[in-house]
Amino acid sequence: MAKKLIIEHLNAWFGNVQALKDINLDIEENGVTAVIGPSGCGKTTFVRCLNRIHEVVDNAKVNGSVLLDGENIYSNTMDPVLVRRRIGMVFQKPNPFPSMSIFENVAAGIRLNGSKKKNEIADRVEKSIKMSALWDEVKDKLYKSATALSGGQQQRLCIARTIAIEPEVILMDEPASALDPISTARIEELIQQIKERYTIVIVTHNMQQAARVSDYTGFFLLGELIEFNKTSDIFTNPKDKKTEDYITGRFG
Amino acid sequence: MERKFDEELKELSGMLMKMGSLAQTMIHKSIKSLVDRDRSLLNEVYTLEESVNVMHVEIDDFCLKLLALRQPQAGDLRMITAAIKINTDLERLGDQAVNIAQRTESLLERPAIKPLVDIPRESMIAQKMVNDSLDAFIKKDVKLAEDVLTRDDTIDDINNQVFRELLTYMMSDHTTIPIAFDLIFVSKNLERIADHATNIAEDVIFMVIGKDIRHHLAIK
Repeated sequence: MAKKLIIEHLNAWFGNVQALKDINLDIEENGVTAVIGPSGCGKTTFVRCLNRIHEVVDNAKVNGSVLLDGENIYSNTMDPVLVRRRIGMVFQKPNPFPSMSIFENVAAGIRLNGSKKKNEIADRVEKSIKMSALWDEVKDKLYKSATALSGGQQQRLCIARTIAIEPEVILMDEPASALDPISTARIEELIQQIKERYTIVIVTHNMQQAARVSDYTGFFLLGELIEFNKTSDIFTNPKDKKTEDYITGRFG
Repeated sequence: MERKFDEELKELSGMLMKMGSLAQTMIHKSIKSLVDRDRSLLNEVYTLEESVNVMHVEIDDFCLKLLALRQPQAGDLRMITAAIKINTDLERLGDQAVNIAQRTESLLERPAIKPLVDIPRESMIAQKMVNDSLDAFIKKDVKLAEDVLTRDDTIDDINNQVFRELLTYMMSDHTTIPIAFDLIFVSKNLERIADHATNIAEDVIFMVIGKDIRHHLAIK
């Protein structure tokens, strides 16, 4: 399998506090890579470095390189906006645009990225919502407010919004942690369905979720990547004692 | 951090050890009965088998509950899957002891054709293998488990030797056939007992270091 992202010597700081220490890791194309670890281990900071949104925080700093198809997203010639279009993100709390309809939530990004034709926009909105396994639930109320949807539906709408601009990589930061078990199961199912087309990196504090959805798992602790391996190996035979202790619930 | 789950895993180990010691007692008594020509021990073997069968079901049930409720990972997961397999081997050990007891009943109805030499030796080695495999389990001792594996060939050699020797008896005097036949089966039962000890030792190695060494296949 091809490497979609190659992360080399990545360090990140908040002011003087170093949040990530020399992270080296390859992300496989069309795979699901899970990032696990206790609170404060740097897992969210890590994914926020992958589409250059860590640096928008005051006093935040990054060095090292993140190669997207071999090209460093931190090089001077790279436009951060373009990086974020190619590497989309879904956040922990569903955050649909509250004043917009369901349709507009998905269409807005498409318009911002250049497409103006009405038919084309409508097609892409429908396709994205279908791919997010939300279409049957919203097809009769596309022009109602997105805030009228349940939390799980809102999150799938956010995924549709992300998919609509056709990113190559989707970062998900605890995408199901605010959802009920049924909605969580739907999101997990959705991840499995869309991974053929995208490369997915998911941060989760739910280890069972990492075990269920991912192909590779990285365990972070105190800003360091302790272990990275196939998910099936991490959960049956971790090599590092600290990984074993964490995933068997001895600390964390 | 000591977990509630650790107590349950200890309880599981304890159950396996208890079942193991019952199975070991069964093997010991069935062989002693044969060697000493003492029928009185045989009923104890049959009684113990009932307890082993009850534990067989209880341990599987407990493992299933732990899998469902604790959703174990890593070393915990390997420990429980090993326990399920060891449980089966222990139950089979009990079955082998019962088979020996039944052959002994038949053997004690006839005079001995020869003093028993190889079978007691085979049984000593097999019983030590069972004991050490269970010891390796409780101590998570990979070296001891590996040592158990090396002894399986000796058992196979003795079993072959017993067969060849009894074959000469049967060829020279056909009236010895029923007795020789029973003894060949006892030797075979002991060889199977050693195989179960080998299985347990292999499961212990998998449990402790996560390496599956069975059948010399290196599956990754």
